[in-house]
Order: sequence, then C-alpha cells, then structure tokens
Amino acid sequence: MLSELFFGYYASAIVIFSLLVVTRSNPVHSVMWMLLLFFHIAGLYLFLNAEFVAAIQIIVYAGAILVLFLFILLFLNLREELKVKRFIGAWPAGLFVTTALLVIVLSVVRSFVPGPAGKYSIEFIKQETHTKALGKLLYTDYLFPFEIASLVLLVAIIGAIVLAKRKTRSK
Amino acid sequence: MNNYLLIPFLPLAAFLINILFGRKYLKDNAHWVSILAVAGSWVVTVITLLDVLSGKVVNEDIYSWIVSGEFKVSVGFLIDQLTAVMLVVVTTCSALIHIYSVGYMQGDKGYYRFFAYLSLFTFCMLMLVMANNFLQLYFGWEGVGLCSYFLIGYYFDKKPASDAGKKAFIVNRFGDFGFGLGIIMIFLTFGTVYYEPVFSQAKVFAVQTINFLGYDVHLMTLIALLLFCGSIGKSAQMPLHVWLPDAMEGPTPVSALIHAATMVTAGVFLVARCSPIFSLSETALMIVALTGAITSLFAATIGLVQNDIKRIIAYSTISQLGYMFLAAGVGAYTAGMFHLYTHAFFKALLFLCAGSVMHAMSGELDLQKMGGLKKYMPITYWTMLFASLSIAGVPGFAGFFSKDEILWLAYSGQSPVGKFVWAIGTVVAFLTAFYSFRLIFLTFHGKFRGTYEQEHHLHESPKAMTIPLIILCIGAVASGWIGIPHLLGGGEHFTEFLTPVLGHPEAHGTHAEEWLVMAISIIAGFSGVGLAALFYLVKTDIPVMLAQKFNATYKVLWNKYYVDELYSFIIVRPTIWTAKNILIGVTDAKIIEAIVNGIPKGIGEFSRILRKVQTGLLQRYAAIMALGVLIIMAVMLLR
Amino acid sequence: MVPLNWYLMLSAVVFMIGVFGFLTRRNIIIMFMSIELLLNAVNISLVAFSHYLQDMRGQILAVFIITVAAAEAAIGLAIIIALFRNKDTVHADEMSEMKG
Repeated sequence: MLSELFFGYYASAIVIFSLLVVTRSNPVHSVMWMLLLFFHIAGLYLFLNAEFVAAIQIIVYAGAILVLFLFILLFLNLREELKVKRFIGAWPAGLFVTTALLVIVLSVVRSFVPGPAGKYSIEFIKQETHTKALGKLLYTDYLFPFEIASLVLLVAIIGAIVLAKRKTRSK
Repeated sequence: MNNYLLIPFLPLAAFLINILFGRKYLKDNAHWVSILAVAGSWVVTVITLLDVLSGKVVNEDIYSWIVSGEFKVSVGFLIDQLTAVMLVVVTTCSALIHIYSVGYMQGDKGYYRFFAYLSLFTFCMLMLVMANNFLQLYFGWEGVGLCSYFLIGYYFDKKPASDAGKKAFIVNRFGDFGFGLGIIMIFLTFGTVYYEPVFSQAKVFAVQTINFLGYDVHLMTLIALLLFCGSIGKSAQMPLHVWLPDAMEGPTPVSALIHAATMVTAGVFLVARCSPIFSLSETALMIVALTGAITSLFAATIGLVQNDIKRIIAYSTISQLGYMFLAAGVGAYTAGMFHLYTHAFFKALLFLCAGSVMHAMSGELDLQKMGGLKKYMPITYWTMLFASLSIAGVPGFAGFFSKDEILWLAYSGQSPVGKFVWAIGTVVAFLTAFYSFRLIFLTFHGKFRGTYEQEHHLHESPKAMTIPLIILCIGAVASGWIGIPHLLGGGEHFTEFLTPVLGHPEAHGTHAEEWLVMAISIIAGFSGVGLAALFYLVKTDIPVMLAQKFNATYKVLWNKYYVDELYSFIIVRPTIWTAKNILIGVTDAKIIEAIVNGIPKGIGEFSRILRKVQTGLLQRYAAIMALGVLIIMAVMLLR
Repeated sequence: MVPLNWYLMLSAVVFMIGVFGFLTRRNIIIMFMSIELLLNAVNISLVAFSHYLQDMRGQILAVFIITVAAAEAAIGLAIIIALFRNKDTVHADEMSEMKG
C-alpha cells in the first residue's frame, strides 16, 4: 500500500512537471521545473534499487546539462520571449498525433508480459553492493561500448567548441 | 615470319608514322616515309611474284580475328596467281603515284595528311586483294571506300569536294549493303566465309533454290548477284556510276590511283575471285555482262561531249570497267583481269598526264581553254599520246591486246548474250578512240585558247612528275606483250598464268573469225582516231554544227542522260523531304523529343507539387514522421 | 508491490509529453528540453525493466543514454549558439532554409 502511494506521488509529480516543462512560456521556468522533474525521476530510480543511476541522474542532468541550458538562455532576450506565442499554429495537430500514439502505446503496454528473471536479484545486489555489480559488468562485458562512449564524449567536446567558436574572418 | 606480310604492313606503318608525327615533325618530308614503305612493298611483291611464278601458293591465317560459336574468321592471306597480279598492279601504280605526288602536291598545307591517306589506302587495298576470307575482303573493301572518301574530300574547304566525298560514300552504301548481304548468305549457306571451302563446295549447292520473298530463287544466282551489288557500287557501274565523275574533285594522283587503277577495279577483282560462284549461275553472268556492256556504251557516249579533262577520263574509266565486267560476264575472267592489268597502266598514265596539264594550266580543267600545249610540255604530250593509243586499241599497244581478247572471247564464247555484247563492245571501242583523241587534239594541238597569263605560265612539269609518267608509259605500251594471242604468234602467258585460279576461257570459233573480229576492232579504233582528227584538226566547225543540228541529243549527253537529276528527283529529294518533314518534323520533334522532354517535364511538374511538402519547417517534418510511426503502429496493432 | 506496467505507462506518458513539446513549441531550446524528456522517459522504463527482470543491462543502457544525452546537449546547444548568431532567432518556425 505504501509503495503504491509512493509511486502515485512520484508518477503524478513527474507527469505534472513534464507538462509544466513543455508549456511554460518563460524558458527559465521550464528549466526550473525540469530540475524538480529530474530530482523526482532520481527518487523513482532509488525506489527501483538503482542508486548509481539515481546519482548520475542528479550529477549529470541536474548538475551539468541543466546548467548548460541555463547558460544558453542567457543569450536570449527573455522579455521579448515572453510576449511571443509559445506554440506553433498547428499545435492541435501535434496534440492529436501525440494523443493517438499515447492511446496506442498504453493499450499495448497492458498486454506486456515480462520475460524470465535474471541473476541480479535484490539479495544478490545487496551482497555485492550495487555500484560494484554495475562497475564489474561495465568494465568487463561492456568495455567496448564503454570506450566508445568515451570517444562520443570526446567528439562532442571538440564538436561543441568548433560549432560555437566565433568565426574569425580570414583575409 | 613470312616476308609477304611486309606487303600490306609497310604502308600501314607509313600511315601510322605520318598521321602521328606528320603534322609536327615530318611536314614537307612526309613523302619519304610513304615512298620508302610503298617501294619496299613493291620489292617484296616482286619477290612474291617470282615465288608464285614458280608455283608456290600461300594460304594461311596469321591472327584469329573473330571467334563466335560457329563463326570463325582470321586475318589471313591467300597469295595465288590472281592475288599476285593485283599485287603487282597495286604496288606498282601506288609507288609511281606516290612519287608523282611529291611534285604534284608540293607546298600543299595538308602534305603529310595526303601521304598518310595514300598509304592507308594502299594498305587497305592490299588487305582487300590478299584476303583469304570474305570478311577480310569486306574490311579492305570498306577501308578503301573510307580512304576514297577522305581523299575525294581532301580539299574539304571546297564545297564541291566535300559533297563529292559524301556522294561517293553514300552511293557506295547501296552497293555495299548488297555485298554485306551476300557475305551473310554465303555464311548461311556454307557455314564459313573462307574462300577455299566456299569455292570447293559451291558445286554442291549448284541446283539448290531458296525461298526469297515467296519466290524460289536459285541460291547461287542470289549470292552472285548480291556480291555483284558490291561490285556495281565500287566499280561505278550502272546504275551506281554517278559518284565516280564527281570524285574527280579530289587531287589528280588520287583520281589516278584510286579512281582509275586500283580501287574501282576491286569490283572486277571480286567477280574474278568469286568466279566459282558466278560460273554456276548463267543468269548472274548474263546480268554481269549486260551491265558491263550497257555501262560501257553509256559512259562512252557521255564522254564524247564533256569538256572537263578529268571527267572525260573518268567516264572513260567507267566505260573500261564496263568492258571488264563484260569480259567476266561472258566467262572470260582472265581477259577481264588482263584488261584490268593493262588498263591500270594506261588509265593511271592518262590521269597523271591530265594532272600534269592541270599543273601547267594552274588548275584549269576546261578543254576549250587549252590547245597547242604540245610544244610547251613534250614529255606529257608524248606519254599521253601513247596512253591514248593504248586505250584506243591501236595494234601493238597494251590496250589492243586486252581489248581484242575480250571482244574475241565475247564473240566466240558460249554466253547467250555474247554476240550482242560483242557488238556493243566494238561500238564502244570506236567511241573510246574518238573521245580519247578528241581530248588529245583539243589539249595539245591547235592554238592556245586560254588567257595570256596562263600561256605565259605554261611549262613542263618537274622531274618527280615526268619520271613516273615515262615509267607508266612503258607499262602502257608494253604491259600487253605478255598476253599476245596465239594468232599473232604470242604465248598468251597471262591467260596461262591465271588459268589455275580462273579457269581457261572457252572459245569456239575459227581462225578466220578471230582475224575478222580483230580487224573490225582495229578498224573501229582507227576510224575513231581518224574521225577525231577530222573533227578537231581539219574541220573544226563540224562538231559545233553537229551539236546544233542534234541539239536534243547533245543536251542529253551533255547532261549525262540526266541520271543525277533523276536520282535527285527519285531518291535524294524524297529522302531529304522525309528526313526534314517526317524524321525531324514528326519522329524527332513530336515523338522522340516529346518523350525525351516529356518525362523530365512530367517529373518536374510532379516535383513542383511534391516540393510544397518540403516547407523547411523542422516541426512539420517531425510531425509527419510521428504520423508515420502512428500509422505503422496502428497497422501492426490492427493486424 | 507496484506492477511493472505502471512504470511503463508512466514512461509512455512522459515520452508523449516530450513528443508533444517537440512538435509544438516554437522555442528551439524548449524543443531540446523535450528531447531530454524523451530520453528520461526511456531511462525510466529501462531502469524499471532492470529492476523487475533482475538484470543489470537495463541500468547499463541507462548509463550510456545519460552519456549520450550529455554529448547531445553539448553539441545541440553549440548548434543553437551558431544558429542564433547567424539567424538572430531561436524560433524553429522562423527558419525554413531546407525549403524545397
């Protein structure tokens, strides 16, 4: 009963915050709501026994990505942004497509049957500790994707610098 | 490696060297390469001739050309007696004319090009005569046609020259189409295009017929006539003779080599080479004989009234080629080849003399503006006189023996039209003598009728030109001596030599008849010369009077029987009309262009509509993508 | 015990809110945030799968997705800067360079 209540709170908070994020006219407000949203998602992860993911959810998303967004917002003329329309003219069409997709997905989800359980039971993880279990997998079976992820980040660093650099006019 | 391979490939090498390096490096020295090559060919030819005389016949493949299932063709050479005769004719004339061209073409801006083409022509002609299969023959045949086109249109900046080149090429297409079909028929019948099996098996099919457009046609007649189509085109016989007079737009050495001595005789060579096929079809032979006879009469009558010095000789060539076909048609292939051989010398000589006259007259061709050239250019005069005596059939000269042999064999042979063609041949002999000497008298005798500057400029040609004239003159006089008939105490060596290939012609007649035929032809010749002398030396007003009196006939002859006009009316103009109004106007503009332009236009219209979808708005794209996902999911769900 | 389907439904709802935001907002920065929402929605379902199937692979994928999201945010925001510099606007419907 408690867990249902807990889930109900988190789920409704997440949905509401998500809606707020996409509907606020002031982007700074959107970012703030998003910060709250990410904390709630992190809470949900803790509820699912995923401490490590919850931690990086907060560190990476809340700590890094959202700060980037805020940083970019400094470019904008916020006052003018508040005056103009938020949505494109054809937003009902978008709403229709989204709703239809949601109906289909929800109707499909109900008939979802999970497969057989793996060996990482709650007891196993308790014994092993969560971060160690994840790290072991990450550095053995998933070493190669892990290294590629590092390359992706490297490329992103270089790309971001190249793209955002002010072009010096060459004579 | 056999040295006979050098015969065609030396000129080919000369051609390649001249065409590649001529413009930049050789320039005015281009003739050395070609002359050395052709002279080398001539030397090897003489050696080969000696081999053949000792009885050695070569027939071998050197390179596998096309292998396609049943169809196998090689580049191969057959050197027998017939080939040897042609080789001698081709290399001798070619070598002399190369030398002559050094003088004639001096200072021309396309000097290297001229020699390159001349060498290429020699190569193709040699490939033609040396082939041991029909396809290689066809290669040479088309090759000489191509060179002929190049060289007729040598002065391509002159409109008449380029037109004449095109005309020669297109008219030859008609004949070559038939020739090509003939080769295909040969392959279908015999399963091979090699001479040797074809000729040895020809008798097997002697009585076979083939259903052609619903009629049963005698197979050998069909093949022979298709091959003869090629001959008609190449040798300018009726009705495809129209290109040869116009071909005189080319440089004179070209006229001498290609349009008198060698290429145009390829048709006669073809008939002689295919004699085993022709001999099996009386119909085909008869058509050959009649075509030859009618052409020779027809061309000779036109030659009577023309004033262009080269055109007269051109009509004379057509006429003499008709003679050769006449001979072949009555089964006297050896006599035809004999005439081909003597004709090459005296006709090449006539042309070269005409070129020499033109050289002196600064390119003037009109007989009416010449006269009295004898004292200015004695060598040209005497050599041309000998050539004319030879063609007129004056006893002792080469032309006499070959012409007499043809007339006698036509008269005495078994051909159903023999007597008829003999009668025409005799008339033509008279006409030939007349127009040849009309040419001589108008050119070299009497008073000069040109302008003062022309008279001032008159001179004998340089040594490079006169020496070939003298050598050819010896040929024109003496080349017939190897074929003196038994009747006059000769050995008929020429006939004997060719008998292994062409068979021995049959003659059924008494000695008295033979004397009579000979006497008639001599009388015809002399009376022609005499009449010409009367008309153009003694009473020069007669021709003018005759022309006025028989104005209609004169007009017809002057306009060459209106054949060109007829063709223009029947073939050329309808073709151009069709091309302009139907092919360009309808097929091209309405159908092909409509399709070619219509499809892109349709695509363009379609994309103009489709383009509206490409709004450039990012979210529109995303929405459409989402819609697509929605549709896919809905379909998967409802399935 | 909360059933797995609830998590999946939550994930679907958040995902669709993200799609809606992406399709309808004019401000390109909000569109980017919508993309972050999409990624988070997926992460929710992955972590939920990981928990219910007792398999760590879901969480590992979630870690990778967070990595990629960071990279994507960096690049995307750099693009926005470049775009803003050139076009002087952050409204997606005011740019139609791709128009055919």
